[in-house]
Amino acid sequence: MKLSEIADRLGIKIKTKDCDTAREVKGCYISDLLSDVMANAKEGDIWITLQTHPNIVAVASLKNLSGIIITNNRTPENDTMKKAEDEHIAIASSPLSTFETGGLLYKMLGC
Amino acid sequence: MIKGVIEGSFHITGGDFTNAGIASSEVKSILTGLGISSDIVRRAAIATFEAEMNVIIHAVAGVMHYYVSSERIRVVINDMGAGIPDIEQAMQEGFSTAPDWVREMGWGAGMGLPNIKKNSDVFRLESAVGEGTTLEIILNLREEDLHEAE
Repeated sequence: MKLSEIADRLGIKIKTKDCDTAREVKGCYISDLLSDVMANAKEGDIWITLQTHPNIVAVASLKNLSGIIITNNRTPENDTMKKAEDEHIAIASSPLSTFETGGLLYKMLGC
Repeated sequence: MIKGVIEGSFHITGGDFTNAGIASSEVKSILTGLGISSDIVRRAAIATFEAEMNVIIHAVAGVMHYYVSSERIRVVINDMGAGIPDIEQAMQEGFSTAPDWVREMGWGAGMGLPNIKKNSDVFRLESAVGEGTTLEIILNLREEDLHEAE
């Protein structure tokens, strides 16, 4: 499923300008531990996290993830958005909890 | 084809979380540009990023050197830091000396060194307390890991 379709169905907006919203989301990984994401997320996964600092962009970029959803209405720091725009990493924030966002994605991606 | 040894280095500043990932991203793009297979590039990216983070979290400064030949990728990270008193303990998954504020960022889970070891073929760690730490990692390349760069 495409990133833009996932955002539409979750009712969230991708905040990053100039990123590939047509990118195919292959799966999802949920974690707030960055080394865990480095070790276990797969290329093309969308990442659900509470973390908002700029290192999440580096992790998403190095792992070639399809995007980041920040939950519980948290907003990414300004430096995070700047880096995300430089690296074309899609970031969205969701008012829902990690559990709810993950649950919806689990159904959408047909896991 | 990689002719000879391609090498370079990056300085890493301790505590500079804002620029975390720059050295490993550069290494990743160099390896990709050399036509090395994506699986090897992925492993090298994980190992170098975790090593870069260790310098940022635990040291004052460090240097990451990389050497790439048609046979292997070798990366050596030297840092000026507190050093590791007990390497065996530091290698245990879950062991970390990172301060709380670093843990709140999602680092310091005690996964870094084990992640580096898992993703490298050779892993050597030497440390002197009060002086610093040297980490050397090697990823072996087979003929099928190399294809013509696009």
